[in-house]
Amino acid sequence: MDLRYSDSDEAFRKELREWLAEAVPAHGSPPDAADWAGRRAYDTGWQRKLYDAGYAGINWPKEYGGRDASLTEQLVYYEESARARAPYIGVNFVGILHGGPTLISEGTDVQKERHIGPILRGEQVWCQGFSEPGAGSDLAALKTRAERDGDHYVLNGHKIWTSFAQVADYCELLVRTDPDARKHRGISWLGIPMGLEGMEIRPLPTLTGEGEFSEVFLENVRVPVDCLVGAENDGWRVTNVTLAFERGTAFATDMVVFQEVMRELAAVAKRVTRNGAAAWEDRSLRAEVGHLAAEVEAVWAMVKYTVSEADRTGVPSVSASGVKLYFTELKQRIGETCMRVLGRATLSREDVDGLPCQSFVYEALQSLSMTIAAGSSQIQRNIISERILGLPREPR
Amino acid sequence: MDFQLSEDQQALKEGVRTFCDGRISADQLRELEKEAFDRDLWGELAEMGVFGLRLPESEGGVGLGSADAVVVFEELGRCLAPGPLVWSHLLAGRVEGAASGECVVGGLDLLGRGEDPVLVEHLAHIDALVVLREEGVYKVAPGSLEGAPIETPLDPFTPVHHVASLPEGECIADAAEAAQLRVEGAALASALMLGIAEQTQEMATEYAKGREQFNRPIGSFQAIKHILADMFVRQELARAAVYAAGATLDDPEVGSVRRAVSTAKLVAGEAAMKNSRSCVQVHGGMGYTWEMPVHYYLKRTWVLENVFGGVEEHALQVAEEIGERG
Ligand SMILES: Cc1cc2nc3c(=O)[nH]c(=O)nc-3n(C[C@H](O)[C@H](O)[C@H](O)COP(=O)(O)OP(=O)(O)OC[C@H]3O[C@@H](n4cnc5c(N)ncnc54)[C@H](O)[C@@H]3O)c2cc1C
Repeated sequence: MDLRYSDSDEAFRKELREWLAEAVPAHGSPPDAADWAGRRAYDTGWQRKLYDAGYAGINWPKEYGGRDASLTEQLVYYEESARARAPYIGVNFVGILHGGPTLISEGTDVQKERHIGPILRGEQVWCQGFSEPGAGSDLAALKTRAERDGDHYVLNGHKIWTSFAQVADYCELLVRTDPDARKHRGISWLGIPMGLEGMEIRPLPTLTGEGEFSEVFLENVRVPVDCLVGAENDGWRVTNVTLAFERGTAFATDMVVFQEVMRELAAVAKRVTRNGAAAWEDRSLRAEVGHLAAEVEAVWAMVKYTVSEADRTGVPSVSASGVKLYFTELKQRIGETCMRVLGRATLSREDVDGLPCQSFVYEALQSLSMTIAAGSSQIQRNIISERILGLPREPR
Repeated sequence: MDFQLSEDQQALKEGVRTFCDGRISADQLRELEKEAFDRDLWGELAEMGVFGLRLPESEGGVGLGSADAVVVFEELGRCLAPGPLVWSHLLAGRVEGAASGECVVGGLDLLGRGEDPVLVEHLAHIDALVVLREEGVYKVAPGSLEGAPIETPLDPFTPVHHVASLPEGECIADAAEAAQLRVEGAALASALMLGIAEQTQEMATEYAKGREQFNRPIGSFQAIKHILADMFVRQELARAAVYAAGATLDDPEVGSVRRAVSTAKLVAGEAAMKNSRSCVQVHGGMGYTWEMPVHYYLKRTWVLENVFGGVEEHALQVAEEIGERG
């Protein structure tokens, strides 16, 4: 049982830290949340810099241009990126975290040629068209149809909650290719270009006021058959490959960032006053903040534990569901405490008197999505109770 | 970094588990309810190296570290091994006979406690009492205490005396050592609570698979499944925190020892408390009976929560650290 990073991990940390110290300030501050063209340029520009410096695709195989870092180097990468407040992965999320890895695992040589390099260099942005109005947690209930017509598929259907659809070049699209087969059969995984004729994107503002996700309507959209990834009607298996990547690493940076956020919260609590004294003088508030900070620390220890387990066994730990479940709910509790410390300043989403209203309120609101997206908390509890504890399964 | 049990630790854990299964099973524990202590068992624990675990081999110990100790104490917590385990372990090497089990060492932690009544655990069973004070570590002869036994202690396996006057005793170590012992004690107590969190989760899961209502196992109801899933996650969070505390005590360069230990005591304390409460709930009316051992876990958790700092104290400790740097 050893928490010490190896010398080579520490050497990697040093080199990365030095690079970030120059690269992050040089990249400037992020554009306005509503400026999607600006955001795409900012996020993909950062991706390109990561690529040039050899840090893109930290967990991707070397032969596909990735870093192929060990799992512990990946932890170092998340720790240092968070510490340096490096730009978030942003619009590169789908391509880098699960689209690209799915193509590496399941794609043809032609598909790999077409997508892998461009995704890694920030030249190709992907979105994820899985969910539909009638198929959320029960994803396999999806109805969007793909009918074969010569060497094309003709697509008809309605996708929803498609993040970054408005700036994406390609989409991981789940479609039904065999309507007569049972629910989990008859599904196929396509990688299709965006902006085709018959495709309509309608932004759907989120409760934070951002246009992060959209509805995507497909009416007789024709795509070449070579968009198919994996075999026809074998899409559910491919989907599980995608979901495993999606659920694996998505929150790591966030957890480290939250160790910093707890310090910032303490600093804010020292500045704001309640009943004539600093809020931090209030013992029960300090206990609450310390309690949350201890939980953040414990979750990070749990990440290290699951990473070490995966390092040994070669398969991701089943406890990753537990990390996601605990952390996302913890983040909501932290958000609430942050807003309570701000007091009436929380009525403003812009910084007031130098208080970080903008970030505290945004994070608190945004945290509400985390217990829904990528498998809701209830679904995670189902997974843990069935796959780990062996309890009877829910209807499927 | 390899933050998993090593092969040796795995073997150590299994060894202790096998011993506990054979020697401190639920039935055997019930037998002990009246005496609340078993000197023979104590000797066997000593022989297994529980008390001298971290003592160098040159001093008759096993020469292992804190990471190994938390693994052993996790198993002892799981079976609710009775007696002042943590104290005898902490004082091995400082009090003659503690490591060999010949001298049963009990303790009293007066650091961080306010005006609470002075309740001493296992007074009738111990040969030496050690008191942690601001000024240092003091050794007191148990016979010199004036007090009365409490007729109905909360935990049937933790008898307590209400002590009216506590002699000062002999100073055996300084203030810094008192503070250090308390930190180590908190780590070991958190390991015991990790064991409680695991055992109650497993008992509840087992029961939920077997007990049927409405013609199906209660474990098929989502309301029950989700309680159990939360119990599992709390247990795993506690495991990571407790092991991290052990590893950090062994190698203080990897992080702040105080912070790691406070995190462990807090997180494991909550896991044990919530899991043992949930365990009662999942067992329904059976869980509320004396006959089912479920209540033992909840009661022991309260004993452990009230030594080496409780949830609030450790939360404040962590707050102080982040506040300093904030
Ligand atoms: C910010 C954000 C971004 C997203 N981005 C994308 C994207 O890019 N691409 C994409 O395809 N999708 C995306 N999603 C969609 C996301 O995957 C779905 O919202 C999610 O799968 C839940 O589906 P739903 O919204 O239909 O809710 P529902 O499935 O209708 O769930 C509603 C409630 O019922 C509960 N529930 C459902 N089934 C069960 C059950 N079996 N047991 C117990 N409780 C249950 C859920 O936990 C939830 O609380 C995004 C969602 C969010 C919030």
